[in-house]
Amino acid sequence: MTGADAIVKCLEQEHVEVVFGYPGVAITPFYNSILSTDIRTILVRQEQNAAHAASGYARITGRTGVVAVTSGPGAENLITGIATAFADSIPMVCITGQVDSKLMGSDVFQEADISGAVESFVKYSYIVRDAKDIPRIFKEAFHIAATGRKGPVLIDIPIDIQEDNLNKFVYPEDAKMRTYKPTVQGHIVQIKKVIRELSKAKRPILCVGGGVHLSGAKDEVIAFVEKNRIPVVCTMMGLSVMPTHHPLFYGMVGNNGQAYGNRAMNQADMIVMVGARVADRSISQPDLITENKVLVHIDVDPAEIGKNTQPAIPLVGDIGSIFKNFNELEYESDYSEWVDVLNKYRTEGENRKSAALKMAVTNQSRMQGADPVAFIRTLSLAMEEDAVYVADVGQNQLWSCANCVIRKGRFMTSGGMGTMGYAIPAAMGAKIADPSRQVVAVCGDGGFQMVMMELGTMRQYDIQAKVVVIRNKVLGLVRQYQHYHYHDHFSVIDLGDYPRIDRLTEAYDMHYYKVEDNQNIRKVVDAFLDDPVSSILEVFIDPNETA
Amino acid sequence: MKKIYSVFVENRAGVLCKVAGLFWRRCFNIDSLAVGETDDKTVSHMIIVSSGEKNTLEQIEKQLNKKLDVIKVKTYDEQDTVCRELMMIKVKYNRSNRRDIMENCSIMGAQIIDMSGSFMTIQICDTPERVQMFLNTFRTISIVEITRTGTLAVPKCIETQ
Repeated sequence: MTGADAIVKCLEQEHVEVVFGYPGVAITPFYNSILSTDIRTILVRQEQNAAHAASGYARITGRTGVVAVTSGPGAENLITGIATAFADSIPMVCITGQVDSKLMGSDVFQEADISGAVESFVKYSYIVRDAKDIPRIFKEAFHIAATGRKGPVLIDIPIDIQEDNLNKFVYPEDAKMRTYKPTVQGHIVQIKKVIRELSKAKRPILCVGGGVHLSGAKDEVIAFVEKNRIPVVCTMMGLSVMPTHHPLFYGMVGNNGQAYGNRAMNQADMIVMVGARVADRSISQPDLITENKVLVHIDVDPAEIGKNTQPAIPLVGDIGSIFKNFNELEYESDYSEWVDVLNKYRTEGENRKSAALKMAVTNQSRMQGADPVAFIRTLSLAMEEDAVYVADVGQNQLWSCANCVIRKGRFMTSGGMGTMGYAIPAAMGAKIADPSRQVVAVCGDGGFQMVMMELGTMRQYDIQAKVVVIRNKVLGLVRQYQHYHYHDHFSVIDLGDYPRIDRLTEAYDMHYYKVEDNQNIRKVVDAFLDDPVSSILEVFIDPNETA
Repeated sequence: MKKIYSVFVENRAGVLCKVAGLFWRRCFNIDSLAVGETDDKTVSHMIIVSSGEKNTLEQIEKQLNKKLDVIKVKTYDEQDTVCRELMMIKVKYNRSNRRDIMENCSIMGAQIIDMSGSFMTIQICDTPERVQMFLNTFRTISIVEITRTGTLAVPKCIETQ
């Protein structure tokens, strides 16, 4: 058995279903060995998209996504994808080929110190120096990626190690690491303290983040808030933990969130942050959330607690396990007055939004093209109940976060890193993870052009994810920033008229739909979503629209 | 505020780089760093002295603990440890200052460990403050080269039951 055979065997032991990647000489032994297994391979068109696809796959399955690329430029192209996954704590194992171990360090063709390059945004990295270490390293890598605060792990394997012979292959039962023991159970004293504070609080609120998805604790969290009637808001990464129209849900907080969600946070006397980082985009002034409030911070990563603000009650552990404990503890609570106040704020806010929307749709807003808010509402309502909505980055992302109606579906986006071009490859990964679910990628024309080569991958493997391109022919969010901060002194934001997406769909044998105004949005969206053939929907909007 | 971090790490290639990289990336200070093997060949011991706000110093400990090559982190205040630093200083001397230098060495407990007709190398092993104090006495003397280790520290011996 060769080292490459051993790698593939490790992947089988980990029940890996699919590997996203791009071969090159330094990883050919691995790609040779993988042919003898049932593991599916997907050849993307650029390595970064392999990581995004693996990320989409991981978010839907909750399992570790796997990527395999070659050395040097192949590995370097992967970097943005790894950093994106790291920022959102996505479990991933990235296998990179490396030049011959005897030549490492001598700057030979396609040599790059990838493990050094990714150090600050991987959870851990390995350079394999001996083929007999392969089983142990892979066991550890999958364990590290998927436990504690999840994240990407990189394994760099020189080509000669992949070709070396292994006398015997024994896959370890457990990863034995003296330095890695993530906390799972929350401390019971702290758990009881939180319940005690909740029983004293008059205006508590839960702010849920991406950690709830990562821990698979959605049901426990919902059960807890429903049982005790506690209002909930979320961060961008926490969208789709709660259905949009849940009576106890008051939207996303932060710069781009709902005003009534932020108001709820400001007026609360107790905030429970659940798997959220207290990051700058959701909490712009971390000091204020501890002013006249009891702050509880629940996170699996102890380093997140106290990083941006000091909570009164820190609680380290897996959210699923902690909420299971919460649900077992009974306490008396009546927050109905507080809920009534928040309901009033929400009704007012929604009425204002509806009035603005009505005005926009009836073309009283002087904007050309379709109204992006009306479009996103209509699209999300037309989508299947459990559909996956993947938002890219830019204005499209902000419109999506604020207006996408989620029922039983999932909302995904590159929240931490804000990587343009994330949506299409991530949607591919999500569709591969669960072909029975409808998956829609929504991107702008900037992000789309960063990854439009992946249409080839989608067609080749018949990955039926839907693509929406919101077209304003500019880098909308940068333009908006320049509008507000540089008094319309626009610089390098014009994308011009190309490509013609109708002709592009012809090149890929896809169907093309377009929305040019507010008249027939629902009809076009329905036809687009129902089309069994891969299709792109282009939505023309005014470049002056702001998110 | 100053803290001394006693960090036990896996004795593997690249670990120093990972720990130093962490300080660089998160804008933490390294006032001094000393690394050496322990009695267990698989474990290295780093003594890192850092200064900053209380929050930053807490984050340093948490972020160090997060590194998968870090086995154990212990954090100390300066007053709870015995600290030593070693400095070697090569100076150019002449007849007029030779006696002064030797007197300073004698007062501070430093030793002359190498000497030629016009140069001498002096070693001092003492607390970081006293090492600095000794160095200050050389202001008027022509220093050729200085080399000093980072601070080494062990917690003070306290009898526990």
